[in-house]
Amino acid sequence: MRYIEPHGHMVSRTTDDYKAMALAGCAAICEPAFWAGFDRKSADGFYDYFCQLTQHEPARAQKFGIPHYSWLCINPKESEDMGLAREVLALIPDFLNALNVLGIGEIGLNKNTRNELKILEAHIDLAVKYNQLILVHTPHLEDKRKGTRLILDALKNNPKINPGRVIIDHVEEHTFKEVVDQGFWAGITLYPESKASPQRAIDMIETISSQRVWLNSACDWGHSDPLSVPKTALEMKRRGHTVQAIDNLIFGNPVQFLSQSNKFIRPEII
Amino acid sequence: MSPPTRKEVADLHFMDARAKLLDLAAFLDRVDRSSGSDDHRIRGLRLALKVLNEGNKNRVEEILNQWSDPSTEPLEKSDTKAATGVWPKL
Repeated sequence: MRYIEPHGHMVSRTTDDYKAMALAGCAAICEPAFWAGFDRKSADGFYDYFCQLTQHEPARAQKFGIPHYSWLCINPKESEDMGLAREVLALIPDFLNALNVLGIGEIGLNKNTRNELKILEAHIDLAVKYNQLILVHTPHLEDKRKGTRLILDALKNNPKINPGRVIIDHVEEHTFKEVVDQGFWAGITLYPESKASPQRAIDMIETISSQRVWLNSACDWGHSDPLSVPKTALEMKRRGHTVQAIDNLIFGNPVQFLSQSNKFIRPEII
Repeated sequence: MSPPTRKEVADLHFMDARAKLLDLAAFLDRVDRSSGSDDHRIRGLRLALKVLNEGNKNRVEEILNQWSDPSTEPLEKSDTKAATGVWPKL
């Protein structure tokens, strides 16, 4: 089996996780910037984090032969403080030339506030200005449907946005169709408690779309499983899907989206 | 790929669904043994139970929509970062 983990917060994971992912067939990892579990007090904290994402973490992944890519932003959970958010936004252009940076993400909304929305729009403008791919986080639980619609509106309000270069992550049954119908890519996140289980994810693939979609673990410091993508591939196999269909979903689709960045190199596997 | 038969689906997933249903039943028993005022999350769960037997083929979507914030305008400000799982005003 070969697969890509297109959304994993590896700074929060152990070296043993890297080893397990390599053994499971992980051919590349993409790591969006996110919330550390507490609010950082200054832009300096983000500068250090961006150095970690662009220098330290790729070296850590390389010890297991896994190419590591990253996305940069200030996460919506910290964008309520607009002064700090604008300071962090100003740091990002200098990091965009790093060899492993694929785009701006994971931007989006958390509690669907006006300040979060303004910082989302600033991130979208930044991505347009520097011709970057965009990875969007949609809100959790009861806030997801409203937030997804606000995000789609914000993206469509910018005439320079090409939906085919934007992935809307953490879709569920009530948001998936709306996302792909409007030309965007969708990400299904596999979590033990919230978001989707392997069974629900494959139900959605079977009933809504197997195109313009990827699966990810979004593994971080919370309840999450860095092996959830290969475990979901097993669910597909148990249901009788072909090897080709499984490979398309967990390897081909992410390669297709990520290859829109000229920094992404189609991975070779053993 | 042709659609599976009922038996094939049951063979593959029944025991998992059975275990989850019993866990849910045990949770509701635990709630009933507890004290205190009503909780919007449990209220939302009880409302969703009605959806399960109604024969709609999009039960997950219907339940997620039922639990969602129906408003459309951004909030002026939020006093929390966390979501609870069910819209508190449901």
